[in-house]
Amino acid sequence: MSILVIAEHDNSSLKGATLNTVTAATCLNGEVTLLVAGSNISTVLDEAKKISGISNIISCDDELYKNFLAEDLTNLVISIADAYSYILTPATTFGKNLLPRVSAKLDVQQISDIISVESEDTFKRPIYAGSCIATVKSNDSKKLITVRSTAFDAAPMDNTDVSVESIDSVIGTNISEFVGEEIAKSDRPELTAANIVVSGGRGMQSGDNFHLLDSIADKLGAAVGASRAAVDAGFVPNDYQVGQTGKIVAPDLYIAVGISGAIQHLAGMKDSKVIVAINKDEDAPIFQVADYGLVADLFEALPALNAQL
Amino acid sequence: MKILVPLKRVVDYNVKVRPLPDNSNVDLNNAKMSVNPFCEIALEEAVRIKEAGNAEEVIAVTVGKTESQEQLRTALALGADRAILIESDLLLEPLAISKVLAKVVEQESPDLIILGKQAIDGDNNQTGQMLASMLDYPQATNASEVNLEGDKVKVTREIDGGLQTLQLNKPAIVTTDLRLNEPRYASLPNIMKAKKKELTVINVSDLGIDVNPRTELLSVELPPSRDAGIIVESVDELVEKLKNEAKVIT
Repeated sequence: MSILVIAEHDNSSLKGATLNTVTAATCLNGEVTLLVAGSNISTVLDEAKKISGISNIISCDDELYKNFLAEDLTNLVISIADAYSYILTPATTFGKNLLPRVSAKLDVQQISDIISVESEDTFKRPIYAGSCIATVKSNDSKKLITVRSTAFDAAPMDNTDVSVESIDSVIGTNISEFVGEEIAKSDRPELTAANIVVSGGRGMQSGDNFHLLDSIADKLGAAVGASRAAVDAGFVPNDYQVGQTGKIVAPDLYIAVGISGAIQHLAGMKDSKVIVAINKDEDAPIFQVADYGLVADLFEALPALNAQL
Repeated sequence: MKILVPLKRVVDYNVKVRPLPDNSNVDLNNAKMSVNPFCEIALEEAVRIKEAGNAEEVIAVTVGKTESQEQLRTALALGADRAILIESDLLLEPLAISKVLAKVVEQESPDLIILGKQAIDGDNNQTGQMLASMLDYPQATNASEVNLEGDKVKVTREIDGGLQTLQLNKPAIVTTDLRLNEPRYASLPNIMKAKKKELTVINVSDLGIDVNPRTELLSVELPPSRDAGIIVESVDELVEKLKNEAKVIT
C-alpha cells in the first residue's frame, strides 16, 4: 500500500507538523511518499530529504502553488491521487483547508484530526471538544486523514537516501486570488512548537496586563497563549488562542494563569507534560488537571514568579 | 444577491457530553440542543450583509431530523427570510451533507454561501470545503472579515501564525471563525414573526442522492483522565518544584 503525505511548509522551510504526520503515516503499513508543492522550494526539499520514514519525494515547484491556495493544490493532489491508498496532511489550518476539498473530489469521507492509528482502517479521534474519544472505522477504499500533530512524535531527520521526482503543475483554476498575509512576527517560539507555554485567561483583566506574562515567557524561552475567554474579551489576537477552536499544544510545561479551565480550553492543552495553574479561585476546574496549583492573586504571583526566574 | 446559510442542530455548547454506558455513542438523552455556534456567526454575517443593503435574501438550510425545525425557526427569528429542512432520520456524514447542500445550491443559485468552520459535535471541519469542491467554487475558510467588492468577495482568514487575505470570484463559499462577529439575540417580536415565515421541508430520499455512511463508529470513550496534582503554598515552592521535582525549568 502506498501512502502520500502532503508537506506543509512556507517555501523556505518545513513546518514541524509535517514530521508528526510522517510518523502517523509510518504507523500504517506501506511506502511513504512526501508531496512538496510550492514555489522556489529547493531549501524545503533539502530538508525533506532528511526525513526518516519516507521513501520518495514528489516535488512540484511552480509559482501557482506559492500561496498554497486550496483550489489549485487540490487539482495537483488529484492528478497523482490514483497511486495512493492513503493521503495524509497535518490537522493545521493548511491541512484542514485543503484535504476536505480533495476528499470531496475523490468521493471519500475524510477522517479528521486522528490521535492514533488502531489498524489499517480504524482510527481514534476526539469529538465534542475532546470530551470524548471516538474510534472510527473507514469503509472507503481510499483513506484521507488529517493528523493531530501533538499525538505523534516528530519523525527523526536522519535519512540520507530519498529520491526526488518532479511533476508538472496542473492548470490554474483562477477562481481565487491571494491578496496578502500578516504573519505575527515574534522572537518567541511558535505556540504549537514551544517547549514551554505561558497562557493567560479572563483573569488577566486586560490586554495590557499580558506584559506580565511576556516577561516571564522571555525568561523561560516560552510562547504566550490565551484562553478563548481572553481572546473573546479582546485582550489578545486570536492566534494566541489555545483550545479546541484554537491551537492544540502539548509542551513540556504549560502555565495557565487566570484561566478557569473550561473544557474547550482543556481540550487544547491537557496533553502537556507538566501543567501549572495559578488562579485565585480554588474551585476553578483547571486545578483538577494541574500538576502544581497555586491559589493566589495573579497580580501578586506573576511579579514574584518573574523575580524568581 | 442571495445568501445561503447552511446550519446544524448540535448539542448546546454548555452541555458536558459523556459516552453512553455501553460506549456505543455519546449520551445525548435530554440534552439541550442549539444552533451550532459557528453557524450562528455565519447567519449573523449574512443578515448584516443584507441589512447593509448588499443582499436581498438570506436562506437558512439544514440537513437533519424533524426537530431541526426548531433551529431553523431560531434562524428565521435572527433574520433569515426563509428556511429549508432536508429531512433525514439518519445522521449524515459531512460528505453526504455536502452532496445534499450541493443539490440545494443547484436549486437556489445563491451568490454567496456562508457556513460555520466546524460543528461542535463531530469537530470535523469539512463541510464548507467539500461543498466548495463539489461545486468548483472558491473557498475561504476560518474567516475573520468578509467584504463584498463588486462581483468578488474579499475575505481575511485566520491561519496558523496570523492572517491571510484572499479574493474570491462569486459564487463563493466562506466558513466562519469565532471573531468574525458577535451574533445577536432573537427578540420576542422577531421570534413571533419567525413563526409565520416560510419553512420548506424536503425528504432527503426525494433528492436521489447516495447518503449511505462511509464510516462506522466503533466506540466512544472518555479521554484518559489526568489526576490533579498538588497545591503549592507559594511562588517559591512552585519554582522549587518545577526546578527540582518536575525538572522542566532550570
